[in-house]
Amino acid sequence: MTLAVDITHRAGKFLLDAHFAADGGLVALFGRSGSGKTSIVNVIAGLVRPDEGRVIVDGEPLVDTKRGIFVPPHRRRLGYVFQEGRLFPHLTVRQNLLYGRWFTPPAERRADIGQVADLLGLGALLDRRPGRLSGGEKQRVAIGRALLSNPRLLLMDEPLASLDEARKAEILPYIERLRDQARVPIVYVSHSVAEVARLASTMVLMSNGKVAAVGPTPAIMQRIDLFPLTGRAEAGAIIEAAVERHDERDGLTELRSRAGLWRLPRIDAAVGSRLRLHVRARDVMLARSEPVDVSALNVFAGVVAELGDDTGPIMQVRVDCGGETLVARLTRYSVQRLALEPGTPVHALVKSVAFDRRSVGAAAGASLGGDADTGDA
Amino acid sequence: MDWMALSPEEWTAVRLSLKVAVTATLVSLPFGIAIAMVLGRGRFWGQSLLNGLVLLPLILPPVVTGYILLILFGKRGPIGSFLAEHLGIVFSFRWTGAALACGVMGFPLLVRAIRLSVEAVDFRLEEAAGTLGANRAWIFLTVTLPLILPGIIAGMVLCFAKAMGEFGATITFVSNIPGETQTLPSAIYTFTQVPGGDAGAFRLTLVSVAISMLALFASELMARYANRRLDVE
Repeated sequence: MTLAVDITHRAGKFLLDAHFAADGGLVALFGRSGSGKTSIVNVIAGLVRPDEGRVIVDGEPLVDTKRGIFVPPHRRRLGYVFQEGRLFPHLTVRQNLLYGRWFTPPAERRADIGQVADLLGLGALLDRRPGRLSGGEKQRVAIGRALLSNPRLLLMDEPLASLDEARKAEILPYIERLRDQARVPIVYVSHSVAEVARLASTMVLMSNGKVAAVGPTPAIMQRIDLFPLTGRAEAGAIIEAAVERHDERDGLTELRSRAGLWRLPRIDAAVGSRLRLHVRARDVMLARSEPVDVSALNVFAGVVAELGDDTGPIMQVRVDCGGETLVARLTRYSVQRLALEPGTPVHALVKSVAFDRRSVGAAAGASLGGDADTGDA
Repeated sequence: MDWMALSPEEWTAVRLSLKVAVTATLVSLPFGIAIAMVLGRGRFWGQSLLNGLVLLPLILPPVVTGYILLILFGKRGPIGSFLAEHLGIVFSFRWTGAALACGVMGFPLLVRAIRLSVEAVDFRLEEAAGTLGANRAWIFLTVTLPLILPGIIAGMVLCFAKAMGEFGATITFVSNIPGETQTLPSAIYTFTQVPGGDAGAFRLTLVSVAISMLALFASELMARYANRRLDVE
């Protein structure tokens, strides 16, 4: 799947001016509320007609104002999972799921309701009506309904935003399965760093209607110049690591990455499986000498690669640990006290308990060495 | 109990009334849905004019509406003569004219009820149907229509009830011909004008009440069914 978006669109005082290209995997449109993410998805879906520009999916122009092309939404073959589900209240779950299938030519009906119901855990809900479902169940049905219309691309607009933490944690693995097992290309809108860090192979960083940066998620997340946009408090580097063994006695899981050995509270993943860890910058500590008698279980030797140019009392420091990048969020006072500057050898410390369920996810099949073009737009 | 039995003439009036009211309701239904969609959804020049025109029979004296129908749809009227010549449909002094008068009088009630439910439909559901591959016609048939069904039922009952009771416009337009245009209200009116007609008037009144109650009851049942499908608690 390839997706190219080149649009300018004015809605009132808001100017959307977005240009990016991405291919395959899960492409996250990330930015604050009002940065234009949903507008882009609506333009891709055909619900909004852009003033100018074009959207091309797999070489087919869906809209091209110069050539006067506008494919109506029902002919675009895109699945759309809305923030509020938008299930049909007068149909059962089964009828909702099969709705898009009616309109799919028989030859293209690849998705099977049994498989989709299994994938999303919907088996027990099929004969119920949407009015009686919980928020998490509704969103899973909405995802299944979009999948069964056999889309070439799935659009998801903040599908978890209306759910509480427990429901989010319930749905995230399903989205990972879509990405890795069903291999559905996804455009995913979110303002949550944790979701994007966990799910996205490619990240489009939006700010005030413009694309601030686009590239593989780990590459964008480790750029400290983008921290004001990636959200200082939650932002941090992404590490890919393989499960090496489970220590059942202490309830820990050991993982291997280029930086070294990670020990985290027991993770439910098979030995050998590749995971993606979101290491929040605020959870990373730096020491000049190798710390002894310290409680943190994850200590990596590295070198300061870059100091942020923030002017406030807090700044970001990028550390290279054996080819792996970590970002630490420190006070300016500490940076001066430790006399940190590029090239300074340091030890990075990460507490094991800093990781929660949302910051550990399955590594995206397509995410490493992603071939989406990197760079500022 | 003999006095309860309806005479053949009275039966004729009852049957005619039902035929007129059912025809009026069913024929105006598609137009009512279309106008309700246009008024509920559209934003166009002349919208309030159309709205006023639809509501007019509700406000005008029924006799005036009947007279306007007579002018427009009578044998020599511009629309009446055209329809008679090209389609063979004659309204004047026929039961079809009674149905037309009843339909016109019930139309505002039909449109208002449907329009309210059209406005209550979440248009985002229709958007969602579009992204799933449905074109406009399918969206209307599979999403909009089922969602406005309660409004359609309510509108149909109101229109039917209005048609059963319509008197002024009907008698002005198509007169009061037994067996052709004499509906229940006209028959009751005729009975009250002749000596000894009280018993007949009373019997037809009872029939009228029974039919109205039945219609109301049926609409309650249908609305409950429709609401259950929508899971409205």
